[in-house]
Amino acid sequence: MSQYVLRRLMIAIPSLLGISLVLFIVLALAPGDPFGELATNPNVPPEVQAALRAKFGLDDPIYLRYLHWLAAMAQGDWGFSFVSRMNVDTLILQRLPTTLYVIGSAQLLALAIAIPVGVYAATRPYSIFDQIANTFAFIGFSLPTFFTGILFILIFSVKLDWLPFVYSTDIKATGIPWVLEMIRQAIMPVMVLGLFQAASMTRFVRSAMLDVIRLDYVTTARAKGLGQAKVIVKHVMRNAMIPVVTLIALQMPAVFGGAIVTEQIFRIPGIGSLLISSILANDTPVVMAVTFVFACLVVLFNLIADVLYGWLDPRISFR
Amino acid sequence: MAGLTLASPSAEPQRRGYSPWRETWRRYRRHRPAVVSAVLLLLLIAAVVLGPFAWRVSISDMDVVAGLQGPSLAHPFGTDDLGQDILARMIYGGRISLAVGLAAMLVSVFVGTLIGALAGMSRGALGYALMWLTDLFLSLPQLPLLLMLIYLFRDGLKAVFGPEGGIFILIVLVIGGLRWMPVARLVRAQFLSLREKEFVEAARALGASPVRQVVRHILPNALGPVIIAGTIDVAAAIIAESTLSFLGLGFPPDTPTWGRILYDAKDFLDIGPHWALFPGGAIFIAVVAINFIGDGLRDALDARKVI
Amino acid sequence: MFDKDLRTMIDDVKDGRMNRRAFVQRMIAVGLTAPMANQILAIGGVAMAQSPNPYKPTKRGGGGPLKLLWWQGATLLNPHFATGTKDQDGSRIFYEPLASWDADGHLNPILAAEIPSIQNGGLSADAKSVTWKLKPGVKWHDGKPVTADDLVFNWEYATDPATAAVSSGTYADMTVEKVNDLTIRITFKQPTPFWANAFVGAYGCIIPKHLFAEYKGGKSREAPNNLKPVGTGPYKFVEFKPGDLIRGEINPDYHMANRPHFDTIEMKGGGDAVSAARAVIQTGEYDFAWNIQVEDEVLLRLEKGGKGKTLYAVGGDIEFIALNFTDPNTEVDGERSSMKTKHPILSDARVRKALALLVDRESVKKVIYGRAGRTTSNYLNGPEEFVSKNTKWEFSIEKASALLDEAGWKIGGDGIREKDGKKLKLLYQTSINGPRQKTQAIVKQACQKAGIDVELKSVVASVFFSSDVANPDTYAKFYADIEMFQIPMTQPDPALHMRRYHSREVATKDNKWQGRNFPRWVNKDFDAAVDAADTETDPIKRADLYVKSNDLMWQDTVVIPVMHRAAVEACTNSLRPALSGWANQTDNLQDWYREA
Repeated sequence: MSQYVLRRLMIAIPSLLGISLVLFIVLALAPGDPFGELATNPNVPPEVQAALRAKFGLDDPIYLRYLHWLAAMAQGDWGFSFVSRMNVDTLILQRLPTTLYVIGSAQLLALAIAIPVGVYAATRPYSIFDQIANTFAFIGFSLPTFFTGILFILIFSVKLDWLPFVYSTDIKATGIPWVLEMIRQAIMPVMVLGLFQAASMTRFVRSAMLDVIRLDYVTTARAKGLGQAKVIVKHVMRNAMIPVVTLIALQMPAVFGGAIVTEQIFRIPGIGSLLISSILANDTPVVMAVTFVFACLVVLFNLIADVLYGWLDPRISFR
Repeated sequence: MAGLTLASPSAEPQRRGYSPWRETWRRYRRHRPAVVSAVLLLLLIAAVVLGPFAWRVSISDMDVVAGLQGPSLAHPFGTDDLGQDILARMIYGGRISLAVGLAAMLVSVFVGTLIGALAGMSRGALGYALMWLTDLFLSLPQLPLLLMLIYLFRDGLKAVFGPEGGIFILIVLVIGGLRWMPVARLVRAQFLSLREKEFVEAARALGASPVRQVVRHILPNALGPVIIAGTIDVAAAIIAESTLSFLGLGFPPDTPTWGRILYDAKDFLDIGPHWALFPGGAIFIAVVAINFIGDGLRDALDARKVI
Repeated sequence: MFDKDLRTMIDDVKDGRMNRRAFVQRMIAVGLTAPMANQILAIGGVAMAQSPNPYKPTKRGGGGPLKLLWWQGATLLNPHFATGTKDQDGSRIFYEPLASWDADGHLNPILAAEIPSIQNGGLSADAKSVTWKLKPGVKWHDGKPVTADDLVFNWEYATDPATAAVSSGTYADMTVEKVNDLTIRITFKQPTPFWANAFVGAYGCIIPKHLFAEYKGGKSREAPNNLKPVGTGPYKFVEFKPGDLIRGEINPDYHMANRPHFDTIEMKGGGDAVSAARAVIQTGEYDFAWNIQVEDEVLLRLEKGGKGKTLYAVGGDIEFIALNFTDPNTEVDGERSSMKTKHPILSDARVRKALALLVDRESVKKVIYGRAGRTTSNYLNGPEEFVSKNTKWEFSIEKASALLDEAGWKIGGDGIREKDGKKLKLLYQTSINGPRQKTQAIVKQACQKAGIDVELKSVVASVFFSSDVANPDTYAKFYADIEMFQIPMTQPDPALHMRRYHSREVATKDNKWQGRNFPRWVNKDFDAAVDAADTETDPIKRADLYVKSNDLMWQDTVVIPVMHRAAVEACTNSLRPALSGWANQTDNLQDWYREA
């Protein structure tokens, strides 16, 4: 196994290089430029905009720009934001804690709901509990977060006045009040995002469980007189976990990537909002850095999932 | 007649309930929510296809004085802020939304299953290459990619398929083409496990070709997550379509679709809740119906379950 | 009345035979507004009366925190690099110019001891130089004095091409020299009747020489103070997170008496305009929200809650539809909309006139802009002395149809007009923005009724307003028949605004589409009028020239003005902000206070 992991890691380097090249080409070919905002300003002559483009090397050929980026990256230089005129790594690090806190909590909430509900619903298919769980799941993924977010704001902030809806990274308190305030302001975004994720995940867990729960060995285990809980946890869940592990491995990089819509609605200064504003401003170095880290995480979690498959189902062999 | 003599023996086992397709249909009929859902979905499709013949109000006629009115006889679903009739817009938009949702789902499920199956069966370079492709697509930032695609292909597709058709194809390909990765990962994971199972080994030992192993033995057992992913994708595609028009990629801004109407209504949620209620409800009904149909299919295809 | 009488009156005021108030009253009597009268006096060589914003607090500080909500967060804090107004607003908290524009379009001295005028010797009669005097005793936040050297340095810094400053255009075509420690003289290459651009307003903010001198030119990005501003403003820097948050605290040594009122300031960024309005008007979480471009109906509803209200600042921003005079569908020498082509439909003046008749400005105002818009037939909407009274808009499908009939476009079988087998079909593009898409829908419907088939296209703003040469969807390339966008007026003078339509400004492949004349309209009279106005020092003749050029644009239907837009802000009931349609929202921040 360790040999396999090592080999996969070796393969990861050229494959990440390939991904970075494609990412760069897409970003370079996409229309737009970082100084578009200047265009309608009559005080700024168009020559200024053109000079800025030239100064930042935006008019150089793509391969040259890519090589510059690659050479800098190899030396640990993440580049320099056109829009903020500061180092990209500083920008990202500034936003990382908030992203991990809010998006991470939402993912944990989603898992904490989806796994027990999905498992329990699968043990009693078409019972009342299952029907209710399904209905909530359907509502969950047929309503987009832009909609539920506003609904939550209208109910909990405007009507009831319980929760703030502008996320603040700068709470003027220390100790326990600070912790409480941090929790209070994260409730709505975490709920909106967590419930949306939980909805589809519940469906996957339920389906994966149903696939396994009717297999002969489960009946055998029951026939041996094992308790229901033990059968479900030890025999069914472990075998049903393969799709679930796949999904979690797909979701984990997203914790870093952030959730663009939810961050926008609640003004959470996370990486998602950094990414979208950088994309809209064509701030290529920032977009490149964020997506490249994201790509590394995708590759890494894909590998972790593969290793876990081997543990969940020892028959799966990797060569 | 040769044809007749050939046909009659095969009729014999059918009566005994042997044909797997008959069997599937029989099992499907037993799944009550699935049957109700199938009827509901057909009704919904009929409503948006035949609706314009029954409800002859223009989707674009404005009456700025009668903006944001609740349901009434003249406007059963009320009006939006420009005074346009929401029912007419829902009917018109439903055709696009349902077509986009279903077509994009088919594209993503087909591509995802194909790539996942190939990656799951291959034990060599192909598997790695396909997983690399999946990782690449997962890491691509969608917004710049979309902007690039519009810029490269919009005019070409418009020239070949006409403005409406070109945009429809582009949207379906874009949404489907950017959502197949989870399906591929799921299918591959299932394949990795299933291809080592005894029944597949048995088929292999009996000399089944790899294609037969996949199509007859592995794929039917891997369908569970695929169906779930597919049914969830319909909802996602209907909503994704609405965001595309905000990038200038979707249908022209004056073309109503369910997702788009819902988006437009969001700022008026406390003033004219009816505006959001109808598209939201329609998406919900479509999603529920498609999901129950998926559940029904899944149970019906699962031979182990006795219904 | 005008010319001669007015001139005599101005002279009377100058010599003290008539007082200002009497002059202003006479002007009001003939139908002009007070600010316009003042403006006429100012350019006519009379020192401008300052109209300080009302300010009640009698001591510095004590106002508690001021919480501002900008739905786009500032991304940098160096005024010379500010790409958008959000960055200008952010840096304006800490940095100040010599003077800023007030609500009436008057100059309000900030760091300047007084506003230059012919009387005080600040302005030369030939309009080729300006002398500014600094207020004595002003200190940077780190205690160092502000001197003329700082001003000269800002000019050097901005004009050094290696600095890549956005403000370079503001300081171009002039030299700045130090006269003494507190005085500078700006010398223009050409007579410049509008002299108040450099060191004034958003791009006129002054950065300290002692902290930036080492970082002029190529090293400009390395300056540590790019992110930690040390200015002269009412608030001192505390914290900055790009795109998210700016925090400041009161400057106890601020150079204006009793100011500022607030003890701390916070500017939060991100989100969308509607929820920003909610956070101010409905829940009161914030004191002030910027640029609330939201349907008026939504705002009216929010205001019923009673915690806050909307405020409007009128300037000269114009939302309009430009008509293409060249053919966007024929490629000549690698460019569409080439000057070598003529638009097959729109080159007929009757069709252009018909289109102008099909824009229902009243409905657009009613459903979309509401209090934030004023219907107009002029491209140039301010300051008032430049606004033409000779134009009048009308919405009439019948008249438009008659014009189209006359032009030979006959209704075909499908209700769409055609001529010589060609359908009357137009592509209408704009940037993606809620109000614009609704305007598009309203215009399209009227056009359909008149038998014109309109195809709508909307492009993401960052693509539409971009300048990358390979991008076909920019507003400069104009590969469409008509397009709609807004041109803001950042200063109360039409020179930059009108120069766009000069024939040398036509956007072509040769100038990499950097020209600003997108309709590609060529008119000798217009060129002559704008050229003459550029160097005309007589204020009345100059105003006449601009009115004439506006009318020429109207007669030829180069653009169809849709809405004269006001800036909309949301504000809690107790806050008293000082706003101006001619300035950014934070440009008079020192005068903001909260009513007890």
